[in-house]
Amino acid sequence: MQKKYSNILLASLALLSITARAQETIYPAKAQKGITVITHATVHVGNGTVLNDASVSFENGKITAVGNITPAAGATIIDATGKHVYPGFILPSSDLGLREISSGVRGSNDFLEIGENNANIRSIVAYNTDSKNIGVLRENGILLAGVAPQGELIEGSSSVVQLDAWNFEDAAYKMDNGIYINMPSLMARRGRGGIMARVQGPDPAKQAQDKIETIKKFFTEAKAYYQEKTHAANNLKFEAVRGLFDGTQKLFVRAQEVKQMFLAVDLAKTFGFPLVLVGASESFQIANFLAANKVQVILDSEHSLPATEDDDIDQPYKTPAALQKAGVVFALNDIHDQSRFRNLAFNAGTAVTYGLDKEQALTAITLNTAKVLGIESVAGSLEIGKDANILIANGDALDMRGNVFTKAFIQGRDVSLDNKHKQLYERFKYKYGIQ
Amino acid sequence: MKRIFLSLLLLLTGAAAFAQETFPVNGVRDLRSGSYAFTNATIIQNASTKIEKATLVIKQGKIVAVGVAVEIPKDAVVVDCNGRYIYPSFVDPLTDYGAGTPKRTSAGFNFGAPGQFLSNKPGAYNWNQAVKPEINTVEVFTLDEAVAASYRNNGFGTVLTHVKDGIVRGTGAVVTLAGTNENNTILKSKAAQVFSFDKGTSTQSYPSSLMGSIALIRQTYLDAKWYATKPATEGVNLSLEAFNANAGLPQIFVADDKWSVLRADRIAKEFGTQYILRGADNGYQRIDELAKTKATFIIGVDFPAALDVEDPNDARFVSLADMKHWELAPTNPAAFEKAGIPFSITTAEMKDSKQFLANLRKAVQYGLSETKALEAITKTPATILGVYDQVGSLDAGKWANFIITTEPVFSSNSKIIENWIQGNKYEINPNEWNNYAGKYSLVLNNAGASTTYSVEVKKDLSASIIGTDTLMAKISIADAIVKMSFPEKKGRMAETIRLGGAVVGNSWSGLGLDAKGNKVSWTANFVGPLVTETKKPSDSINNNVKLISKVTYPFAGLGNETIPQQETILIKNATVWTNEKDGKMANTDVLLKAGKIAKIGKDITEAGARVIDGTGKHLTPGIIDEHSHIAAMSINEGAQSVTSEVRVGDNMNPEDINIYRQLSGGVTTSHILHGSANTIGGQTQLIKLRWGASDDGIKFAGADPFIKFALGENVKRTTAVLGNNRFPDTRMGVEEMLTDAFDRAADYQKALKANPNTRRDLELEAISNIMNNKLFITCHSYVQTEITYAMRVIEKFKNKGYDFKVNTFTHILEGYKVADKMKAHGASAATFSDWFNYKTEVQDATGYNAAIMQRVGVNTIINSDDAEMARRLNQEAGKIVKYGGVSEDEAFKMVTLNPAKALHIDNKVGSIKVGKDADVVLWTDNPLSIYAKSLYTIVDGTVFFDRTKDAEKSKAVATERAKLIQKMLGEKRAGAPMRPATPSYQTILSCGDHDHEDHLATIYESNNN
Repeated sequence: MQKKYSNILLASLALLSITARAQETIYPAKAQKGITVITHATVHVGNGTVLNDASVSFENGKITAVGNITPAAGATIIDATGKHVYPGFILPSSDLGLREISSGVRGSNDFLEIGENNANIRSIVAYNTDSKNIGVLRENGILLAGVAPQGELIEGSSSVVQLDAWNFEDAAYKMDNGIYINMPSLMARRGRGGIMARVQGPDPAKQAQDKIETIKKFFTEAKAYYQEKTHAANNLKFEAVRGLFDGTQKLFVRAQEVKQMFLAVDLAKTFGFPLVLVGASESFQIANFLAANKVQVILDSEHSLPATEDDDIDQPYKTPAALQKAGVVFALNDIHDQSRFRNLAFNAGTAVTYGLDKEQALTAITLNTAKVLGIESVAGSLEIGKDANILIANGDALDMRGNVFTKAFIQGRDVSLDNKHKQLYERFKYKYGIQ
Repeated sequence: MKRIFLSLLLLLTGAAAFAQETFPVNGVRDLRSGSYAFTNATIIQNASTKIEKATLVIKQGKIVAVGVAVEIPKDAVVVDCNGRYIYPSFVDPLTDYGAGTPKRTSAGFNFGAPGQFLSNKPGAYNWNQAVKPEINTVEVFTLDEAVAASYRNNGFGTVLTHVKDGIVRGTGAVVTLAGTNENNTILKSKAAQVFSFDKGTSTQSYPSSLMGSIALIRQTYLDAKWYATKPATEGVNLSLEAFNANAGLPQIFVADDKWSVLRADRIAKEFGTQYILRGADNGYQRIDELAKTKATFIIGVDFPAALDVEDPNDARFVSLADMKHWELAPTNPAAFEKAGIPFSITTAEMKDSKQFLANLRKAVQYGLSETKALEAITKTPATILGVYDQVGSLDAGKWANFIITTEPVFSSNSKIIENWIQGNKYEINPNEWNNYAGKYSLVLNNAGASTTYSVEVKKDLSASIIGTDTLMAKISIADAIVKMSFPEKKGRMAETIRLGGAVVGNSWSGLGLDAKGNKVSWTANFVGPLVTETKKPSDSINNNVKLISKVTYPFAGLGNETIPQQETILIKNATVWTNEKDGKMANTDVLLKAGKIAKIGKDITEAGARVIDGTGKHLTPGIIDEHSHIAAMSINEGAQSVTSEVRVGDNMNPEDINIYRQLSGGVTTSHILHGSANTIGGQTQLIKLRWGASDDGIKFAGADPFIKFALGENVKRTTAVLGNNRFPDTRMGVEEMLTDAFDRAADYQKALKANPNTRRDLELEAISNIMNNKLFITCHSYVQTEITYAMRVIEKFKNKGYDFKVNTFTHILEGYKVADKMKAHGASAATFSDWFNYKTEVQDATGYNAAIMQRVGVNTIINSDDAEMARRLNQEAGKIVKYGGVSEDEAFKMVTLNPAKALHIDNKVGSIKVGKDADVVLWTDNPLSIYAKSLYTIVDGTVFFDRTKDAEKSKAVATERAKLIQKMLGEKRAGAPMRPATPSYQTILSCGDHDHEDHLATIYESNNN
């Protein structure tokens, strides 16, 4: 495989003098043909199980067998002796494909819409499959991603995409899987003029509660609206959240503070929506409460500083273990603005250093994430019948030194692990004559 | 007697004890001698002299005599002060009384908007709008009766007032708080020159940071000195002229916290002067450092109220440091006294000045001696302002500024009855002259029928009607007018009897309405004293305050009660990453002694050494972060394109929690860079992460100084959405900006040689130092064009005899494109492992950058530029193994030895070698692995991070927080004033280069926006 990979690079090198800066010669892979079997691998199923010297077989994009199997005649065999096989990693919540260059290039940014209630805004329609960031994530094992819009209050609907596509319709893995809400902060903010100015300003808790009332009113009126089939005036915002009421969508609420999370749980309970908290940096304080209420969590900020100067210096690193212990279904995320989500696996690695076991940490970037996004029937683990979203790594993919992938499959398609970064690497190795 | 006295005083109102001769009188003149004798008083003549049964004689606003055997002039009005106390009125050394409130016209400097480069003050003044020594407060001083009254109510008689605006604020005047007129209240026209770090209303962009303010003050001193030589090129500069004229006055510096006053003091020492330092209301936290300044301080008593921590979710974000400061703040004045630091006390910046005396008494309760307390509001301020010959004690010849109190002034129930200023009486609590307490017989007459009540009146005029039911009555007495009301019977529905009348001697009488609304006449006659009332002694000062909090170093939850000390440490049987030719040494011992690496080998023994078992562990040199922005108060002076005069080292914050957090990630040395807001930014500061040391104590001694340069989008202000008017706006301009700076510096050096009187220019001096290899460049850069031209601009100066270079390129995400050129130039490269595509100039970033540069032969470094990632730099180095297959040893050098080389400190740190500094880390695992945790981080042989102790510390923090929260809840139950539990925000400074997520109580600032 390593050889084939180099061949592709050599081929593209020949073109580089003409197509500098381009990753346009990296093609989305064609549909799987025949049967592929990965053999003699350490297989990390994603559900907590590890199989040593095991095989994974897939056909027509679906996993057909896992474990100790005899490959069918005519199958393409990939000998993975000494290598680790994982389900494709899933980035749970991002602005991938919506925000190309964060700073200074406003025109490349389509993640943040104007307006308090954008229930009808859909991230999928602006998802740019030609973003230069996508290939970089594939290189690091991320094969699926949740893409969500941002806004002031009701942000719109998210979708799940697969990261090897020609266009957004092609990329859509699950369209409109959730409605995102940005829970307003209840914390007193620091304003100009020090503490007094802050205290004398409007009470943020009161402001937040007013906003939450507007959300509740919206859902209450939406529910009433659905009772009547014909309307003098169609309401796009009400129409957009039907899925929440018929159980096909989840409610994703961005919240960090304990009070925000309490309010989110109350909101979801009021209307019977399944709830996913996004961010949830303070979730370690109420892990049992979240577990008891079956609230799922996308933990945004593991590689971040503790919230207060008195906190355990490693608190953000320990939060996954706290949620695991309480039995919360949680997914790890990576939202670092400068490394652009590529370090998802290392968030899982850090969680191992601070209390999870390696398979639990893997679950938090695979099967749990699939559950949170509502795609667990087709993705998230190497189990029969699921999509063949598979990674082959040289070593322990949660550690930097082992996180080098030799193969990646999305729905059985042998996808390219090449990207602009590698092409630039080859280009300048060529310039300097180094290996 | 009292009645007569009061009436006389009423007559006096409006008549002056003395008058101005030049002022015409409209009407008939009314001059009086103002001769008074206050007899039988306990006179506290000054803080150390108390005279019982003494007399104070004043005339024409001045004290004539004080003492026991004092002759009372015949024309004196005699005031019997038996049982009363007389003190000198207080002196506040720093107010803005009557000096106006300068209005800030904008929200301050906005990096995203066009700048203002020169002062917009019309006239022959200084280039910088915040430097205005020409302001003389005496010229704008306007008597403000309402404000004066609030000071007088606190016992003040004299203040220094100044126009509270700007960095150099000009002169303040000493004025009394008499309400007569400006002319007679000014005691000293120019009493002091006042400075601050705050540019106030100045709309000019520069300075936009604390270090910029410091640089500006420095340059102003130099400019003033130069101006004194009457340089022809400067013409008339009224500001510098005034600055020189004010040099002989006392110099007051308005600083802020404990570090801020030290910063100010260093400026003073640098220019051979001594400031009187306003600030350090938290000085008890570093009192020894403050004592070293030998300065006189002006401190406040604005002790913070308890926080309302009832809701645990709110309490969570209040830091332990804030809670501790709440408890310990009242100990501050006592700490100054104990340390022998002279100080006076001000009301300046008090949120509620009515609390002044209560807080001062609290300070006494918390250990401040009454003598010192009184001195701090009388003699000390009067002395520093040079007016002790006029006010501050009760001596003949001084102004008749004194207060009469009911009890010793620091007793909790003591009230100021009157405050006399320049012989003018101001009534504060006139009722305190009288004592109406006693039993009265109240008779109501209604058309012949009379009802008699027995009334008991207490000293505070609370009263009860004694009968079948005891009814509460309301009484108020103002001057001679008495009002009384009480219900006819118990119960909410009872009608109220209302009476009004006059006090005549021991009898009150007047008219009123009974419960039915019928007119009545009434009298209340004193029948005898209250039997129950005994004269309550005033609360004695209770020094038995029990405190939970202890001062820690730093003053933070995770600080230590004592600063960790150097030890002899023997680490046994570890895998030692030497970074030397021995590479990784298995099962090796390392001895640390006297702060140095003393021995490396097998089976080392050392008597008395602390032995740490390194079996299965990895010992490495401490991590060196080449690019960091922690531990500073400001990081970007972005107001001009060239600000080489500013120095990060001027504004260190050694209490930044990120020092400790990064120790936990194995970092021992950090290079604190100026931000990237301008082409030539400020001078950087290398520090060692000595958690608990002072702002100077964290500095890496003996290291070469560096300066930050920046190229590209930030310096051309790409993100200035409201428009940029600062040159340059293109990379073409940036290149010329560099050329021009070196060109100017070359000419400056020529000029200096030709004429030693040349104006000393700190900006060009720094650039000259670069050209002469005394200061070294670390240059923020991204794309290959700018990397190349920066080197070429510098190389051009070889023709002029200057052979220097770009020492280090930082960020350098396109370094791989010109690695050969950088190698030829001799520059190091400090980059990120995997950042990309967050702005236009990083579109060609690649994770393989470091690997290429390293292989081409550039000294390559992985740095953080990020307070969080700095804790994981070992892992960032691990990524270079992933991206490009660099060997583990070479990758780890990118965060240790390579930055040491780039910083010219590889003779001291960066590898494990005998003789180098004992800066080492013991890891649980291979340090490049994500699974590695530091167990010990040792700097100079001192254990500053110990993972086991850290866990204990976390528990201790929780315990101490719980105790203080309980104490605050107790205060709340007791009805003490509370303030909301506002989060203790931490500020994280950054380069200005990238956005950060905001984590709850953390605020990210680049000083750019």
